[in-house]
Amino acid sequence: MTVGDPSKHPIVVQDLTKKFGDFTAVDHISFYVQRGEVYGWLGPNGAGKTTTIRMLLGLLKPTSGRAFVLGYDPATQAKEMQAHVGYMSQQFTLYHDLTARENIRFYGQAYGLSGRRLRQREAEILEMAGLVGRERVLTANLSGGWKQRLALGCAIIHEPSVVFLDEPTAGVDPISRREFWDLIYGMAKRGVTVLVTTHYMDEAELCQRVGFLSRGRLIALDSPDQLKRTYMRGQVLEITADDPDAAMKLLLQAQREGRLPLKEVALYGAQVHAVVPDAALYKADIAALLQQAGVEVVSVEWIAPTLEDVFISAVKES
Amino acid sequence: MDTEITIRTTNLVKRFHTRQGDVTAVDGVTLQVRRGETYGLIGPDGAGKTTTTRVILGLLRRTAGESQILGFDSMRDAYEIRHRVGYIAQQFALPPDLTVRENLEFFGRLHGVDTATQGQRIAELLEFAGLNEFERRQAGRLSGGMKKKLALACSLVHEPEVLLLDEPTLGVDPVSRREFWNLLGYLRAEKGVTIFVCTPYMDEAERCTWVGLMYEGKLIAQDTPAVIKTMVPGRLLEFIPSEFVAAKHLVASMEGILEVQTYGVMLHVFVDDVVRRRAEIEARLAEQGITCSQMREITPRMEEAFISLIRRQRLRTAEDGADDSG
Repeated sequence: MTVGDPSKHPIVVQDLTKKFGDFTAVDHISFYVQRGEVYGWLGPNGAGKTTTIRMLLGLLKPTSGRAFVLGYDPATQAKEMQAHVGYMSQQFTLYHDLTARENIRFYGQAYGLSGRRLRQREAEILEMAGLVGRERVLTANLSGGWKQRLALGCAIIHEPSVVFLDEPTAGVDPISRREFWDLIYGMAKRGVTVLVTTHYMDEAELCQRVGFLSRGRLIALDSPDQLKRTYMRGQVLEITADDPDAAMKLLLQAQREGRLPLKEVALYGAQVHAVVPDAALYKADIAALLQQAGVEVVSVEWIAPTLEDVFISAVKES
Repeated sequence: MDTEITIRTTNLVKRFHTRQGDVTAVDGVTLQVRRGETYGLIGPDGAGKTTTTRVILGLLRRTAGESQILGFDSMRDAYEIRHRVGYIAQQFALPPDLTVRENLEFFGRLHGVDTATQGQRIAELLEFAGLNEFERRQAGRLSGGMKKKLALACSLVHEPEVLLLDEPTLGVDPVSRREFWNLLGYLRAEKGVTIFVCTPYMDEAERCTWVGLMYEGKLIAQDTPAVIKTMVPGRLLEFIPSEFVAAKHLVASMEGILEVQTYGVMLHVFVDDVVRRRAEIEARLAEQGITCSQMREITPRMEEAFISLIRRQRLRTAEDGADDSG
C-alpha cells in the first residue's frame, strides 16, 4: 500500500478505520494526495466517504490508523489545522435569510478575518462566484448554481491550502457544474489541494485521480483512463435493432434463463447495452438470438466503457 | 383522437403573479409524447421543467394553451388522469413510519385498487423493485436509493399507462441510479409504459428515446438523443494545454473556432475543420510557449450539446435584448 509522506503530501491516510459498534464504516483505508491535485471519490451512499472526510476534519476520532492533513493530526490538532482547511458539505450551509454578501462576511468573521483583509476577500469571493451585482439578493432567492458558488466561496474565504468538497454539485445543472469545476481547477492551479466526492461520473472524469469506495474500503485508485483499462470486467456491446424494446425483452429473458452470460442489460434510448465477458465471442450469438426471434439487428458494436460501467463492475466484483 | 399520442401540449403557458411582477415559467410549450416512449425533459435550474410537469398533471392551472394526457384534459379531467397516471414529485415524501408493504397498501387504497388485486400487485412490485427482504422495514429507515425504488413501486400500484417522474434520482448514488433506470427500462420494454421524466443528468437523457431541452420556459430543441448530439457547431477537439487560461483566450480568438468549452483541465474546442485547425492551434499555442497534450477528436456527448445549445440561446436572447433597447 502507498504510504505517503506527511511532511510532503497535504493529505496522508494510513490504515484509517472507523467502527460504529459492529459496523465498520471505514475499513483500513490508505492513500495520499499530492499538492495541487484534484482527487475524487466515487462511491454509493454509505460507502464511508463522509465518515472519512469527518475524520480528516477532526470531527470524528478514528478507531485505528492515522491521518495527516498538512502535517497535522486531525484527531489531536484540529484547532491548529482549522485555519488551513476548507470544507463544503452536501447541504450548502448558507443562511437563507442573509444576503450573499452577509453570508460571506459571516463566514469571514467566523474564520477570524477582519478589516481590510475581510473586505478584500469579500470582493474576491463575490467576483469569483459571479455574484457582483447580486450582493444584496437574499440567499434564499439565488438559484442552485449561485448558491453552490457562494457556498464554495464561504468555504475558502480564509484561503485554505486543502479543501474538502462533499458532493458539492448535487442537483445543480450541467452549465453551473462546469462553471463550478472551472473554479476548482482555478484553485488547484494556485496549489490548493482538493478532495471531492461525487455521484456524477462526468465529474469523476474531471479528477486527476479517482478512488472507488465500497463498503468502507478503497477498492480502486487511479486516473480515470487507467481505471477504465484495469478495472472493467467484461466488455460493453451496443446493440442497434429495429425494435429496441423487443430486443431488450429478449435479452433480459436470455439473461434470466442463463442462455447468454450477460452481466448487464440496459436500454439507452434507441440502443441496448449488454456487458459480456468477451465482445468478439458473443457479438454473433447476440445478433443470432435476436434475428431468430424476428428482431432486425442493425449493428452490434463493441464500445468503450464509461467510468460508470467500470465503477459498477468494480463494486460488483468487490 | 390519435391514440398513439399519450401526452400532448399545445402552446402551453403558465404565468405566476409574484410581488416582483409576472413570471412566465412555461412559455408556449408544444410537445407530444408517443405511446411507449421515454421522454426526457432536460434544462438548467429554473427552466420550467417542474412547472410543465405539474401543469400537464393538472396540479397547477395553466394560463393558456392546451394540455392532455391520454386524451383527457389536464384541468377538466383530473379524476380520469389520476387513475391512469403515476407520478413521483421532486420532493416526494413517503409516510416514514409506515413499512414498505404498508406504503404500497396505502397507495393501493388511495387509488381504489381492490384488496384481492392489491395483494397480487404488491407481491409483484416488491419483487420488481428488489424490496422483498425489506417488506417490513419502515420507509424512513431505507437508504436513499431504496426510497426512490419504493416511490416508483408506489406510483405503479394502480398499473398506470403513463408515468411522470420529476428528477426521480436526485441525490442518489450511481449504483442505485443505474438500478432505478434499469427498472424504467423494464417498464418500457416489458409493460409498454410511457415515461415522462425531468432530469438534470445528461447521462440519463441518453437513456431516453426522445429529449426536449427547456430554457427559460421555452422548448429550444426536441429530438432523439442521437440527433440532439449533432446539434453542435462543427467538430470537437479535446486537449490539455500547459497554460489553461491563456490557451483558452488565445484559442477563442482564432479563426475557424466555433466554440470553446472547459472540461476540467481540458479544453473542448469546436472547429470547422479538424485537420487544419488542429495544426493551427498547436502552432499558435507553441508560439506562446504553451504545449498541448492528448489532443484528439472526440464525439460530442449530450452534455457538450446541451451546453452549446443553451449558450447559443443565451447569446440570441442577449442580442434580441440589445436590439430592443437600440
